[in-house]
Amino acid sequence: MNLAILLLIVLFSTSCFFFGRKKIINITAANKIRMNALPDYYGYYLALWCAIPAVLILAFWTVFEPTIIKAFIINNITSSNLKEFNSDELNLIYQQIKALYLGNFTGTLTEEIRRGAENYKSFLSIAEGSKIVILISIVIVTTLYSYKKLINNNKAREDVEKIFKAVLFTCSLVAILTTIGIIFSLLFESIKFFTTINIFDFLFGTSWSPQRAFVRDASTITPEEYNELKDAFGSVPLFAGTAFIAFIAMIVAVPIGLFSGIYLAEYASKKVRKYSKPIIEILAGIPTVVYGFFAALTVGPFFREFGERFGLEVSSESALAAGLVMGVMIIPYVSSLSDDVINAVPQSLRDGSYAVGATKSETIKKVVIPAALPGIVGSVLLAVSRAIGETMIVVMAAGLAARLTINPLESTTTITTQIVMILIGDQEFDSPKTQSAFALGLTLFFATLILNYIALRFVKKYREKYE
Amino acid sequence: MSKEELLKKRYRAEKRFKFYGLTSVILAILFVLFLVNVIFSKGKGAFSRTTISVEVDFNTEKLELKNNPTNEEIQDTDFYDLSIESLLNVYKTKGLKEEKDLIRIFSPDYEIEIKNFIIENKGFLNKTAIIELTASDDIDQLNKGNYPRHLPEERRRISDFQLLIYDKLVEDNKIQKTFNTFLFTNGDSRDPELAGVGGSLLGSFFTIIVTLLLSFPVAILASIYLEEFAPKNRITDFIEININNLAAVPSIVFGLLGLGILLGTFDFPRSTPLVAGITLALMTLPRIIIPCRASLKAVPPSIREGALAVGASKVQSVTHHVVPLAIPGTLSGTIIGLAQALGETAPLILIGMVAFVVDLPSSPVDPSASLPVQVYLWSEQAERGFVEKTSATIMILLTFLITMNAFAVYLRQKFERRWS
Repeated sequence: MNLAILLLIVLFSTSCFFFGRKKIINITAANKIRMNALPDYYGYYLALWCAIPAVLILAFWTVFEPTIIKAFIINNITSSNLKEFNSDELNLIYQQIKALYLGNFTGTLTEEIRRGAENYKSFLSIAEGSKIVILISIVIVTTLYSYKKLINNNKAREDVEKIFKAVLFTCSLVAILTTIGIIFSLLFESIKFFTTINIFDFLFGTSWSPQRAFVRDASTITPEEYNELKDAFGSVPLFAGTAFIAFIAMIVAVPIGLFSGIYLAEYASKKVRKYSKPIIEILAGIPTVVYGFFAALTVGPFFREFGERFGLEVSSESALAAGLVMGVMIIPYVSSLSDDVINAVPQSLRDGSYAVGATKSETIKKVVIPAALPGIVGSVLLAVSRAIGETMIVVMAAGLAARLTINPLESTTTITTQIVMILIGDQEFDSPKTQSAFALGLTLFFATLILNYIALRFVKKYREKYE
Repeated sequence: MSKEELLKKRYRAEKRFKFYGLTSVILAILFVLFLVNVIFSKGKGAFSRTTISVEVDFNTEKLELKNNPTNEEIQDTDFYDLSIESLLNVYKTKGLKEEKDLIRIFSPDYEIEIKNFIIENKGFLNKTAIIELTASDDIDQLNKGNYPRHLPEERRRISDFQLLIYDKLVEDNKIQKTFNTFLFTNGDSRDPELAGVGGSLLGSFFTIIVTLLLSFPVAILASIYLEEFAPKNRITDFIEININNLAAVPSIVFGLLGLGILLGTFDFPRSTPLVAGITLALMTLPRIIIPCRASLKAVPPSIREGALAVGASKVQSVTHHVVPLAIPGTLSGTIIGLAQALGETAPLILIGMVAFVVDLPSSPVDPSASLPVQVYLWSEQAERGFVEKTSATIMILLTFLITMNAFAVYLRQKFERRWS
């Protein structure tokens, strides 16, 4: 339906373009005057005025219609009933009403729901009708208005360009809106979580078992229950597990990545560089779920069998397997970034070092790397932030048990794993368990934000030094 | 230490250093080869399917069908008895247990397969036909040589009796291997031999289309603004900081955004490519803006100045001259960004795309899976057949990604102009 309306608007506005252009050509020909702008711009002017307001209204309408209808339906239920419902029950009833309307209702049909579905249907048709009426009148009004202005408008080009620039600016605002959206959605649920669970219990508690908080309404928790709950949401084991796996990954990725970056930048012939660089970068292009599958299917069992031979007990989901595979994934980030950074070191520094008789490796170790250090540190920090936020490998290969351990052969869990495990499948909203996932997400967001900020500062400083 | 020894030592250090570098490069390349090799050797089996020839006698009287039945009439007829009878004719059995064992070497959809056969070939009514029925997962794996036959019977899922039937069927040439079209056309299923990536292929396709439609125009317009029009002020700085940070935010956070805002606040339909597309569009946007800006920046100022000199306005110089020259670079950046989005899993799990969906989606608002999520879902299954299917899905996914990336490289090399 919306698509059809959109198509109609586009069609109409396209015809407006041709109409406006034709009109202006006719006027100039008849009156023997010369307009300031090309005829096309008059067409654009009319077309934009016709389309933009209507499309904006259509978009807002589509986004907000379900929310408004839901509010009406819920209002109807509460006003026609003597019984008090809490928000969960209202939500459920609303979902049932919707299901009945769409024809996939299962469960017992009550009078309430049947009446609700009728209401829903009538609301929908009212909304549909009024949408069409409003859109048509908007299109007519704006088109007429712009048509009137068109005839004695000498600045059509300026006006069109102003609109164009405004559209450009709006598009670049999307980045800010996304950030606001992220912070808003994370904070909103996290604040609800922190009203139930003390923030210090969350940040410094050492036992994590959110399944204890299964299906419990956050608003009705007694102090005794709270004492039990606060031990369920201590996220220190998750932070430790995340840091531990990231550490293992960096042990793999930093030496291999750095050395291959150095080799490709300083030693490799053009031909070797041309072929090996893209191959290494394939590692960065492989989806993480593939690494996860690889870690769970090949690397994990391999370590277990290998350990059994030496009498070691290795869990098939171990921090070592996940960290190792994650390290392989991160190699290209370290190698290509450090390659770039090393290439940016001015040749004169190297020449100076060769001139006093240093060998190539001495030059690299004593001159090039110290000069490139801020950039290398920056690239390693970016890699760390990627390792912390990496999800699928740890979900599939690191395990679920939240415990404080530094034994890489045991299974550990991470922030991202727990977010996925809590939110996979159906969630009960308003339970501290679901909200805790958002609190974890908030922690993750800020941790990576700080790391990225520091890393970008390092890289920027480094660039300024040699530019 | 004499001078010569010192020099030797320094040269040794030089060689060692170079060796470390070379080893790292080779190690990294070996990782790629090993990974690809593991996936391909595990996955290639999924492209073939095992079938068993069964003789079916389509006697209309027994089926209680009229002489010239329509498709609907056949569809409504019960084929169960006929199917069981035909299956039991394959091998002589004694007792209920053996009969069950025999029927279990076929995939559970045998009745539908027989029905579909007769609907497509009505000429076989009242005649006997030889139909190729899909074998069960265990027989399929046995036929591909992945099944450990030497284990004692209690530790096998295939009984000794089934092995006996299998060997007899192989002897009689009744077991065939054909190309597995089910893999591409079927939706998800609990039975590995029937499961296919058709649904998730379509789901991924719709998702990427939504992502492309939303992110490409916005990214291009935003990068034109930032590169060509933006005044140097605080708002511009703030936008740039935001873009750089968003490009490095973990993808799972975008999943939380999709869950909290799109599903929670705006009540969008769960598990659909529409929501997945919007979420991934927000995620890819900064990742596309960065290469788009780079390719706009690469257009030399002389082009802009030339346009301005002959009287074009700023907007005209940008839209008529700068942007067309930057198009190859922006396109290849967009394709690489979309390839990343195509392989993204975590945000899709959070917005509920992990539902078990058998039907193929027909529009972006139908619930569906997507290729990477399908990999995750199948990797959790215990059956042998699903390991093969998972690897095959990865192969399909990697094929798409490699094609997209190769196309991006081609675009850049073929159409991008070098200015220096």
